[in-house]
Amino acid sequence: MALAQQSSPHARKARSTAQVMQWVILAALPGLLAQTLFFGWGNLINVVWCIALALAAEAAILKIRKRPAAFFLKDNTAAVTGLLLGLSLPQFAPWWVSAVAVIAAIVMAKQLYGGLGSNPFNPAMVGYALVLISFPVAMTTNWAQPGLLWETAPGFGETLGMIASGQQTAVDAFTMATPLDEYKHKIATHTAAEVLEHPTFGEGIARGWEWVNAAFLAGGLLLIGLKIITWHIPVSMLAGLALMSLAFGSNADLYAPLSLHLLAGGTMLGAFFIATDPVSAASSHQGKLIYGACIGVLIYLIRTWGAYPDAVAFSVLLMNFAVPFIDHYTPPRTYGHHKPRRGIPGKDQG
Amino acid sequence: MTQLWSFPGGIHPAENKHISTARPIAGAGLPELLVLPLQQHIGEPAEPCVDIGERVLKGQKIADVTGGMGVPVHAPTSGTIESISLQPVPHPSGMSDLCITLRPDGQDQWTALRPIDNYRDLDRETILDLIRDAGISGMGGAGFPTNIKLRPPKDRKVDTLILNGAECEPYITADDMSMRERADEILAGLRIMAWILRPERCVIAIEDNKPEAIAAIRKAAEGTQTEVTVIPTRYPSGGEKQLIQILTGMEVPSGGIPADIGVMCQNVGTAMAVSAAIFRGEPLISRVTTVTGQAVTNPGNFDVLIGTPIEYLLTRAGLDNGALHRLVLGGPMMGYTLETPAVPVVKTTNCVIAATAEELPDPAPEQPCIRCGACAEACPMELLPQQLFWYSRAGELDKAEHLNLFDCIECGICSYVCPSAIPLVQYYRAAKGEIRVQQAEQLKADRARERFEARQARLEREQQEKEQRRKERAKAAAEAQAKKQAEAEEAEKSEARGKPANDRAARAAQVQEALARKKAKTREPATVDSKNAEQPASEPAPGLEALEKQLSQATAKLNTMQSMLDDAKAENADNVEKLERAVSKNHDRVKRAEEALAEARRSVESAEAHTTDS
Repeated sequence: MALAQQSSPHARKARSTAQVMQWVILAALPGLLAQTLFFGWGNLINVVWCIALALAAEAAILKIRKRPAAFFLKDNTAAVTGLLLGLSLPQFAPWWVSAVAVIAAIVMAKQLYGGLGSNPFNPAMVGYALVLISFPVAMTTNWAQPGLLWETAPGFGETLGMIASGQQTAVDAFTMATPLDEYKHKIATHTAAEVLEHPTFGEGIARGWEWVNAAFLAGGLLLIGLKIITWHIPVSMLAGLALMSLAFGSNADLYAPLSLHLLAGGTMLGAFFIATDPVSAASSHQGKLIYGACIGVLIYLIRTWGAYPDAVAFSVLLMNFAVPFIDHYTPPRTYGHHKPRRGIPGKDQG
Repeated sequence: MTQLWSFPGGIHPAENKHISTARPIAGAGLPELLVLPLQQHIGEPAEPCVDIGERVLKGQKIADVTGGMGVPVHAPTSGTIESISLQPVPHPSGMSDLCITLRPDGQDQWTALRPIDNYRDLDRETILDLIRDAGISGMGGAGFPTNIKLRPPKDRKVDTLILNGAECEPYITADDMSMRERADEILAGLRIMAWILRPERCVIAIEDNKPEAIAAIRKAAEGTQTEVTVIPTRYPSGGEKQLIQILTGMEVPSGGIPADIGVMCQNVGTAMAVSAAIFRGEPLISRVTTVTGQAVTNPGNFDVLIGTPIEYLLTRAGLDNGALHRLVLGGPMMGYTLETPAVPVVKTTNCVIAATAEELPDPAPEQPCIRCGACAEACPMELLPQQLFWYSRAGELDKAEHLNLFDCIECGICSYVCPSAIPLVQYYRAAKGEIRVQQAEQLKADRARERFEARQARLEREQQEKEQRRKERAKAAAEAQAKKQAEAEEAEKSEARGKPANDRAARAAQVQEALARKKAKTREPATVDSKNAEQPASEPAPGLEALEKQLSQATAKLNTMQSMLDDAKAENADNVEKLERAVSKNHDRVKRAEEALAEARRSVESAEAHTTDS
């Protein structure tokens, strides 16, 4: 009788990494649905393309690195990276822009750093930032005009054709500046009322975008409910953004209003799905609060005074840099200790 | 209603307690052999006080700890001592240890017992000694001698005595069933402990998933000062530190003991044992053990004699050998697997889980950590399991220690919740072991260094003393020279006075010559001693004073050598042999010096006698 020898604990009941990632994908589906409803087929095609490419890139690089490809592909993390890029890229981004972003994300940002768990930067955001800087035209002129899927948007075939053709710029009639972009560039010379006349804002806050953000918010709340993410990063990030907006941008004739900051652009996707990537985020509760809040503040700073209308990618990446520093100084206080033990051994013992 | 606090983290694992609560506690019966490990407690192992072949009575002391901390072992039934030998014992490493094997004679004949009706008539120390003599050590798991625990440091006053009936770990129901069926005994034991400690508050804490136990204990505690506190079910609420936090809101300082904050926890099983020891005079020879898991058809709690082989117990519970996949001693969170069921039940064995492969499946392959933080969320000690894991795995042990690795209670929660199936606790255990080994080596190295430095200092001192002596000798020689010259002059003057004076002058000249030779030798201070000692015969009558000095020096050296050798022997150092050789050599040296001295004395005496004769 060969009895199994095992170190305690003997019972385990955990969601596997693969299941966690599955839930992340599921929780992002309402957002994708809203994107498709209001901006056409572009995002859906991008998502499929990016996921397929991400899996292929992951398999290839794992093979080169002589790692068991099947074992790692099953953890679904590459799929999530592809998904996040598909959700963030402009609807009509040509196929090669997505490809560059995905390959940079998987190969450079993830695998060259050692693969899952070893990457200091959020892979999807590395890919996104890379193409945003490298291909500014393709990344700014390919945002779809908001409109209901069955009314105004181009059909599936048309969209696919535009993406597959590889043209830098999509057909002008289908595209439109994003609300944040529009507001940022017009408010210097127009009043708020004039700016908001632009069709990109619609009757609400930002046509389509408000629903997309609401859907990502809902998906994010689901993740918190499932305890896949904690509330700390999303709440502190949104709070940081809101506080900055209230403190500096209360005059709508000078700066984009808070409602636009929260419900246009990639705010909710960033808050619940991107900044919360555990690998590249701070780990303790206190650290997460600092990390999230700083991302929120940076988003506001870049959106308002920087060169880019949206800033989730840059803010997240900048704070990724700071994570080791934050973690270093924000350990929790262990039971039975008066103070948390900060710093390094031998110094400032607490 | 008493106020309750909460502790961070924690989990709600599947309880699986119903498996073993269906029927009352049953007697396990008498196995063919009882195997009694000599070490079932924390401290020094007990030493057998019976001989092989000797007949012993039930409750008779068969082994005791004579030096150091520990408690005795008693015969669980009457029978003959079959052997005292190495047997496999319940230990995570699967090691063997010295055990007394007892063959029961089936008569179950008690030794004379001395029950105590009114323990309050005795003084506390006597009660504590009775508890010790009954062989009671903590029955919750660690096995710390209860009499020592009940005697907290003099400067610590225990205000709150907690009886831990939380039993938070899945599967285990030994305390639950004991509380249901033996509430009065438990309360009696608690009263004795309370009488010893005189706390202000006495609490029995039970998790709310044990309504029957709560009812029974409440009934037994009616009309007493004892609080029966129901705490929410959440693992590891029964961990000592967590239970204290729940009941008092205080935390045991890191590295300290609960008595530091005026609290003491005792286990339900320990209370029963104390009660039996005092009121019935019975030593700890049996305990309640849960036998559970899906590989036994008749799970439940058993009143088991200490020393009963687990194999026997499993058979009693209807083991399905084919279905058995993993045998766990203790609970599924903190217990350890057994390699063989041939080990005995000991004082700390609260549960045996015979699990099937479906029940406790083999772990999934370890995946990379994704820093999800689930471990940190669930850690009841508010550690950073992730960082501890990184540092433990990378061998950066100082950093792991800095992040309070040693505050980890190894509750297993981090591994339980890890989505990447990382056996975190195993990494921590390995790191702790590594650090302990390093610390032990460091200590050893420090001692060696101290010894070396002491030796260097001593050698230097001796060198200085030697130098000092050399100077003194030179001075004495110069004086003697002057004296001799004076004497020679005197002799010349009184040459006419005759032979005796001549004789004396001749002898003085001889001594003078010897001193001159010695002086020449002293120029090589490193070799002079040994030469002097090794060639005492070639030194024709050196100065008595010098020889005496030599002897005392050699004796002193011998003494230091001897003490060094004793030290080395005590520490089992590897230079014992060398030292032994050196000591024997010095022995010879001292002997020779003594002989030389004696000879010199004789020659001087004879010379003097000669002088007086003539």
